[in-house]
Amino acid sequence: MTDEKPTSPEIPSPAPARPAPAPPAAAPKPAAGRLLPRPPPRSRPPLQPLRSRPGRNRPDASGRPLIASLAAAVPGAVLEAYEFVGETTVKIAPEHLVEACRYLKDKEGFTYLVDETAVDWKDRQPRFDVLLLLHSFSRGQERLRLKVAVAEGEACPTVTGVWETANWMEREAFDMYGVRFDGHPDLRRILTWDGFQGHPLRKDFPIEGIDTGAAIYPDRYPEGGGPGPKDTNRKVLS
Amino acid sequence: MSEPTPGTVAQFPPLAGPPLLGLHEMELNFGPQHPSTHGVLRLVLKVDGERIVSARPDIGYLHRGTEKLFETETFPMVIPHTDRMDYVAAATNNHAYCLVVEKLLGVEVPKRAQYIRVLLDEMQRISSHVLWLATAAIDLGAITPFFYTFRDREVILDLFEEYCGARLTLNCMRIGGLPVDLTPGWLEKVRAFTEPFEKCIDEYEDLLTENRIWKERTVGIAVLDEKRCIEWGVTGPVLRAAGKAWDVRRALPYECYPELEFDIPVGKNADTYDRYLVRVAEIRQSRRIVLQCLDWLEKNPGTEIRGKVPRVIKPPAGEAYASVEAPKGELGFHLVASGGNKPYRLHVRPPSFINLQALPEMAQGHLVGDLVAVIGTIDIVLGEVDR
Repeated sequence: MTDEKPTSPEIPSPAPARPAPAPPAAAPKPAAGRLLPRPPPRSRPPLQPLRSRPGRNRPDASGRPLIASLAAAVPGAVLEAYEFVGETTVKIAPEHLVEACRYLKDKEGFTYLVDETAVDWKDRQPRFDVLLLLHSFSRGQERLRLKVAVAEGEACPTVTGVWETANWMEREAFDMYGVRFDGHPDLRRILTWDGFQGHPLRKDFPIEGIDTGAAIYPDRYPEGGGPGPKDTNRKVLS
Repeated sequence: MSEPTPGTVAQFPPLAGPPLLGLHEMELNFGPQHPSTHGVLRLVLKVDGERIVSARPDIGYLHRGTEKLFETETFPMVIPHTDRMDYVAAATNNHAYCLVVEKLLGVEVPKRAQYIRVLLDEMQRISSHVLWLATAAIDLGAITPFFYTFRDREVILDLFEEYCGARLTLNCMRIGGLPVDLTPGWLEKVRAFTEPFEKCIDEYEDLLTENRIWKERTVGIAVLDEKRCIEWGVTGPVLRAAGKAWDVRRALPYECYPELEFDIPVGKNADTYDRYLVRVAEIRQSRRIVLQCLDWLEKNPGTEIRGKVPRVIKPPAGEAYASVEAPKGELGFHLVASGGNKPYRLHVRPPSFINLQALPEMAQGHLVGDLVAVIGTIDIVLGEVDR
């Protein structure tokens, strides 16, 4: 048997290209590589913004009673306050963070710390934002976001003295971003292991990961990290 | 020993006593491969005889860098990753993520899609609570509830499979709505399961609620009162068992929950037994919600399952937070968008991670044998703790 298929007489040889329709004399010449001339642009109505789409403008919220009383109780704490998609965000000066949190918890009823995390703005100074989300049961389920800008190498004050639940949240932010929390009772890595080198959620950490042998071969690699960038034992996993 | 009268519980000897071995405390490693840790939780215990002096959780064995992965995927591609966090409650994970993107985009979800989403959520809650019941009971030596609960969980998973093709990692929601419409005849199958399900819950309760061994193992174990719960940020059935009727579905309502009738069960003694009662009561409430959703969907047939979503999803720059009541507590997604088609930063507020933090306080002073009850009572999933 041969692999060659017998050529069937019924199968016509490759059909010649479809005869191009004779262009009307007045029609413009089609552009090269394009079978049909582009239809003239329809006059379509401008795109409607989606319903209730939040605009880019963020109404200032510093006039709200809560923010005003916070600014009055802790002078210099409130740097900016705005509203966005129905959520209020307050930028707080780092040196007044603990005082402001203490005031919000004790006097305004924000007893529940929902979330605390960090964001890396790689090319910005200061580099990191620490976000806190507070919840108040007594003020009609109100939520408030606090935002603190922290530079690389600087420490953010800890709020573990205000809400105990901040303990692991801050450990996670430290582990993932390397943001230090000043006064934290137990600032160790939490999701990666002791001796891991680098902070995985920083924007300059490679997505492929790095090979840190530190945890597996403690006798081979010095404490505090795996092979350095110039070490031949270092592999970039991909 | 005299037979205790029904409805009462034998009294324990007081837990705080003189140290059994003087100052000779021993360090004991619990996990990460212990079957009662529901995954890979490691606890470093300090014990004095049989009594726990301190318990220190060591987590991260299942860390997969999910939040880093989120940043490399476009907005719709993130959804399957959320399935893998709390892998026994994938629908609520999908839901919370979709909510936060919809909040930033300003997309309206059609009513029909809202009801189907809630229906899926509540079926997921039933299956998650039922799984909790099976594993928590098996940890304490009661193997029979496992067979009853898995019989029913299997039906729910089959129904999920018929709807979206998957049993655990559902991937069953999309930004703005749902991926596919319901299969013909699916609603009748859900009804055929849900209506007689009340009897199944009675069967679980027959096995455990007045069971003397179950009560002796759970009453008075791992007490965490309301004030301490809030201090630790603990939410979900653990908070409600402490007497606080707080539920995200009511406190910060989303989708069609304001139109549905359901109660928030609360406990009183804030112990493991009350958490069991609260969870069983929540299964009943979820069943109620499922039936209401079925009624609505049968009365309002339609095909609209997705809102008007742009082809390329690019939310405006800014922060948003949205949360749902997951079976374990408040599950939130904290999204920071920079105007691109990928999330710049997407942080998860996992209820298991936050609730686990209170474990040392709950375990202190108990016997080593009760530690499995303490771990079971929080209802953690390590996929969500470590992400």
